[in-house]
Amino acid sequence: MSEEPRPGVILADDGTEVLVRLRGLTKHFDVSPPLLARLLEGKRRRVLKAVDGLDLDIARGRTTALVGESGCGKSTVARMLVTLYEPTAGDLVFEGSDIGRLRDRRALAPIRRRMQMIFQDPFASLNPRWRVGRIIAEPIRAHGLMDDAGAIRRRVSELLEHVGLRAHDADRFPHEFSGGQRQRLSIARALASSPHFLVCDEPTSALDVSVQAQILNLLRDLQRELGLTYLVITHDLAVVRFMADTIGVMYLGRLCEVAPADALFARPRHPYTRLLIETVPDLRAPDRDRKPMAGEVPSPLDPPPGCAFHTRCPWAAARCARERPALLPHGGPGAVACHAVEEGRLPAPGG
Amino acid sequence: MTEPGEIPLEAPREAPREAPLEAPGTRLGRLRATAWRAWDSDILYSFLRSPVTILAAVVALTLVAASLAAPMIAPTNPFALETVDLMAAFTPPVWMEGGSWDYVLGTDDQGRDLLSAILYGMRISLFVGVASVLFAMVLGVGLGLLAGYAGGWIDGLLMRIADVQISFPAILIALLIDGVARGLLPREVHHEVAIWVIIFAIGAPGWVQYARTVRGSTMVEKNREYVMAAHIMGVHPVVIALRHVLPNAMGPVLVIATIHLAIAVITEATLSFLGVGLPPTEPSLGTLIRIGNDFLFSGEWWITLFPGVALVLLVLSVNLLGDWLRDALNPKLR
Repeated sequence: MSEEPRPGVILADDGTEVLVRLRGLTKHFDVSPPLLARLLEGKRRRVLKAVDGLDLDIARGRTTALVGESGCGKSTVARMLVTLYEPTAGDLVFEGSDIGRLRDRRALAPIRRRMQMIFQDPFASLNPRWRVGRIIAEPIRAHGLMDDAGAIRRRVSELLEHVGLRAHDADRFPHEFSGGQRQRLSIARALASSPHFLVCDEPTSALDVSVQAQILNLLRDLQRELGLTYLVITHDLAVVRFMADTIGVMYLGRLCEVAPADALFARPRHPYTRLLIETVPDLRAPDRDRKPMAGEVPSPLDPPPGCAFHTRCPWAAARCARERPALLPHGGPGAVACHAVEEGRLPAPGG
Repeated sequence: MTEPGEIPLEAPREAPREAPLEAPGTRLGRLRATAWRAWDSDILYSFLRSPVTILAAVVALTLVAASLAAPMIAPTNPFALETVDLMAAFTPPVWMEGGSWDYVLGTDDQGRDLLSAILYGMRISLFVGVASVLFAMVLGVGLGLLAGYAGGWIDGLLMRIADVQISFPAILIALLIDGVARGLLPREVHHEVAIWVIIFAIGAPGWVQYARTVRGSTMVEKNREYVMAAHIMGVHPVVIALRHVLPNAMGPVLVIATIHLAIAVITEATLSFLGVGLPPTEPSLGTLIRIGNDFLFSGEWWITLFPGVALVLLVLSVNLLGDWLRDALNPKLR
């Protein structure tokens, strides 16, 4: 990497290079009943705010994680990043270009080449009727990176060996592989177009625990070797702890806390982060007094006003139900969106 | 192996065998691997476990082979007027009094050999059946893929048309199409194209079933992650629909096509029996049955019975194969 910042390179305050910058990223889904039902039965339009004003910087060469319960919008963020969904509002800047509103296939092609995704379900993410060689070569062919069949074949063999499989596995079908091996295939396909940025959507949640570690180690080795940037979407805090440099905690389409991984686990500040970390079993203190997380996530169709978490928060005050907290540093590493933190009325973590 | 008297609930199956690995990557190696998969598959296994299916397959294959080879194996050509002997009309089958080895199954009112007429007639019936199934399949699969993949108002429009169409019996629509064609086309032209009109008339109402099935599986497949992966790579949506979605949505189509073939043959026979199908110069099984029907009560029963038996055997065996295929491909019934 050169010392001179290239044009379009964004630098964060601490001098690290920002690969992806999200500002006010929003995705609303129209889930209204059909027109006829609206007219006849007087039903109203309904909008699902899957992601509601998300600010996040993803540093180059590092791993950023988004955690949260199911339905908090983390997968929607991932899909917007890889251009599957178009954001309703906000900016999505990838390597210096705003790609949020880019829809033209030809204009998107060079950007898509530089980002890939690894999916949750290794049984659904590979076309069951294609041979492995064809699956892994798909990005190469889609982006027109190589024409010669022999060269493609050599590249596929190389990729297979890179992820710990054998070159002649290219002639087999996906169903001949185990879940972990399929996830390796998925990773090999993701690497085929030499991307800079990998979005991993729950990369290990469908795998056996023994295989999870292998896949996570593989991902970490690849990052070190190829200088990849990861965005890991997960609800598994163990994965986050192993992989992430920076963690964003999401709740109902919003970020409640962003912090470096060490700081977040050592000193979680947002009440929701605290509850999440509380729920992780600790082998060293099996009998510790745990506060179970109360209540359910409210419907994103009808989120509570003010701070979205106030309905479940043990420290909620009148202001929390009225005013939406902003994501601010409040004198610590990272940033947190909480009135109680701002007012200093939260007890010390763990207390 | 099971002891005598012990009922094998599941026939003993060996653990999944490793396909013989040899020179992977070579064309021959791939071919061998494919052949091995076919041999080792569940489908073949379920086929060999069902004697009825084997019998149906043998009957169907024999009939198809016989009708394909009709010009070679038929004793006479029923279309060649010079070989038809009007004096031999109404000859009974060989085992009856007055029968002759020249006409094993007897002759019809014009002295045509019934066996030859059946072989040639089955050829026409099968051709019309297969062609109309192919027509319905291409149309239905295409529209179903379009509806399922595009969604929105295209899906709504196509499926409402399908709903309306399926509320009419297929034979009614076929009669309508045939009638319109007869009304519009001059007589000589209609004679020329009659077989294609019939294929269109029988095939056109059949698309709905294919379209609904393919639409359903397309809507499942298009949300799978491998389709998403292709989208992220920027593969053109049309290419995704044809290369990723379509092959995975085609599974049930083969089953529908097999059962549809039996229905199409029956429909053609019905139309021909009603006299609106193929012209008498190209007699299908239905035409033969209609001709024989006129003489049923004057004692010449063989003219209508033997084509009828051939039709029943053909349709029944194809139908049984279709039923078996449906069960064999349904993982829940395995």
